[in-house]
Amino acid sequence: MLTDFDKELLNLIQTRLPLEPRPFAIVAKWLEVDETTVIERLSWLKDHGYIRRFGAFFDSAYLGYVSTLAAAKVHPEKMADVAEAVNAYAGVTHNYERDGEYNLWFTLLTANQLEQDQILAVIANLPGVERLISLPAIEKYKVSVAFNL
Amino acid sequence: MLDNLDKRIIAVMQGEFPLVAEPYKELAQRIGITEHQLLEKLTEYRKAGKLRKMGVVLRHREVGYAANALCAWLVPEARLTEIGELMSTYTVVTHCYSRIPQPEWPYNFYTMLHAHTRAECQALADELAQVTGLDNYQLLFSTREWKKTSMSYFPEYAKGE
Repeated sequence: MLTDFDKELLNLIQTRLPLEPRPFAIVAKWLEVDETTVIERLSWLKDHGYIRRFGAFFDSAYLGYVSTLAAAKVHPEKMADVAEAVNAYAGVTHNYERDGEYNLWFTLLTANQLEQDQILAVIANLPGVERLISLPAIEKYKVSVAFNL
Repeated sequence: MLDNLDKRIIAVMQGEFPLVAEPYKELAQRIGITEHQLLEKLTEYRKAGKLRKMGVVLRHREVGYAANALCAWLVPEARLTEIGELMSTYTVVTHCYSRIPQPEWPYNFYTMLHAHTRAECQALADELAQVTGLDNYQLLFSTREWKKTSMSYFPEYAKGE
């Protein structure tokens, strides 16, 4: 269970890890505790699975990567095979089975458009994939996973 | 343009962030530059928009947000900017994109909704529909997470760690 202190710490650190030599000392000051308390608590939260990733989050488009959201109509009996084949690509970062006509949705990041086209062509031809559509972004209005705890 | 040093910094920053008093010093050592140089570079990336955030990403299920739904909306082209700006103001909307639709799938606007329960997700979508006047949307609940990870950018530059 998260304590009130954990929630306060996580709310702060989700988007505000300082770019300073002693970042945790600064966070500690905000919370009026000492640096060691912050470091120990964050280690505990990470070890216990509350934190998925710590550190720097880059914008894929600014790094020159090409992205898309793809949706597939997959035959239910073939779902596990298709999902695993999709997962095998390093550029697939999110892959979710969803309710509805298009029942498998994944994001794909590649170094260029050609690589994206090639991967999507392979997936579209997997047994059990009835239809695959790609929905590349036009405009990103918000990308910010920060929860209010 | 990113040079080899940029790529090396970005690749190493995808690895484990040390939970120690001076984390940037340790990261700089892995990269082979000074702490000061690393902090300057990261500050520069942040100003340029290349670095979206320094912080943490939580496992949403573990912190109580068990339900997530991708909501696909049909938005008249002339209203995309207005809708994008409006929906972005909601904390529950974590991702908000306009996308190129397909003939058999006309939805051109996507929001990711996170809530504690499915009913709460549905209520949020209803509220967004009411506020915007958009009545054509599909709420796509996830039934299984097959993969969720972070991208490793420029993996070939992370070698030698």
